[in-house]
Amino acid sequence: MTEEIRHEWPLFEVFVRAKRGLNHVHVGSLRAADPEMALHHARDLYTRRNEGVSIWVVRSDDVVSSGPEDKDAFFAPSGDKVYRHPTFYSIPDSVPHI
Amino acid sequence: MSFDDDAYGALTDHDDDSRWAYGTGFADPMAGVPTAVPDDVDRADLAAYCLMLGDDVLVMSHRLQQWVTRAPELEDELALANIGLDLLGQARLLLTRAGEAEGAGRDEDALAYLRDPAGFRNVRLAERADADFAYLLARLLVFSCWRLPLLDRLVASRDPVLAAIGAKGVKEVTYHREYAAQWVVRLGDGTDLSHRRMQAAIDAVLPTAGELFRPHEVESRLAAAGVAVDPAALRPEFDEAITQVLDAATLSAPAGGEVSGGEMAGRAGRGRDGIHGPELTEILAEMQELARALPGGVW
Repeated sequence: MTEEIRHEWPLFEVFVRAKRGLNHVHVGSLRAADPEMALHHARDLYTRRNEGVSIWVVRSDDVVSSGPEDKDAFFAPSGDKVYRHPTFYSIPDSVPHI
Repeated sequence: MSFDDDAYGALTDHDDDSRWAYGTGFADPMAGVPTAVPDDVDRADLAAYCLMLGDDVLVMSHRLQQWVTRAPELEDELALANIGLDLLGQARLLLTRAGEAEGAGRDEDALAYLRDPAGFRNVRLAERADADFAYLLARLLVFSCWRLPLLDRLVASRDPVLAAIGAKGVKEVTYHREYAAQWVVRLGDGTDLSHRRMQAAIDAVLPTAGELFRPHEVESRLAAAGVAVDPAALRPEFDEAITQVLDAATLSAPAGGEVSGGEMAGRAGRGRDGIHGPELTEILAEMQELARALPGGVW
């Protein structure tokens, strides 16, 4: 067997949208040789129990993420800005996701 | 739910509070389908026909599940298991219908587990052992390209149960065909090695496809009565789909004519008449062992 065949398939991240109107949610990752295969695999791995109406797959390599070293500069400054929270509105009970 | 008092609910179709991780909205494809056999339909023929279609998918399903723990990747293993389970679900409905039409008190289990190989009416294509992954894909492609237009026509059957089974199956087999086609293209248009092995599989499988299109007398009678599908009519659609996939995969049909030609299966004896190879005997020995050892066993 040659090196070419031995190498691993690239990693993809999978996002599934459960219902019309909700967001795509990250559900996990998988390996696939190409984006079409990733979509098939996502369908077979993550929507077997009727979980989804839409799937996104994206190469994990293409995800840009913040690092642990950014934590203070990125997130700490919002910790004391209470006025940014819409606490002065009342939320109707019938709005479950906000 | 009115839009005025709950705009969000209207937007999301949120009719329960279950969590998305276990999806809801499961539907029984047979709900509300009348099960009475139409008066002018020959019950023995209907039973025989349901047995043919049911055995096709029961045996194919068993071959697919044999790949579990042997597939090249975990993801594909699950894909093959899913496809096998789809087909097993179709087999249960078809064998149940065969038992109802027969009226001798045999249920799906009795038909699946307590018949000998000679009682099986599946096409030989379903029982063939897979030499490798490419062979499985060639078989799945041929099976799906034949089965999809069959199920599509079955939706118009005068038997309401067969029509419902057709409607359910079309959505499932559309995916099976897509899965097989993508893999055949990937391997055919891949490396020299994958191309060679995919071509070898096509060369081995396609010439056996002739049996799929030769009507059994039961099929002919029921097709005339608007109950069954005449398999000969499926050939143009099959040829077109196969040709499209082979072209995209840079593969060629085996030498010697049209893609679904091949009379090899005819010479070997027809599965529709209960003539099978040792491969089916092996499958049934495995599938039926427990049910025969423990009659009526439940767990």
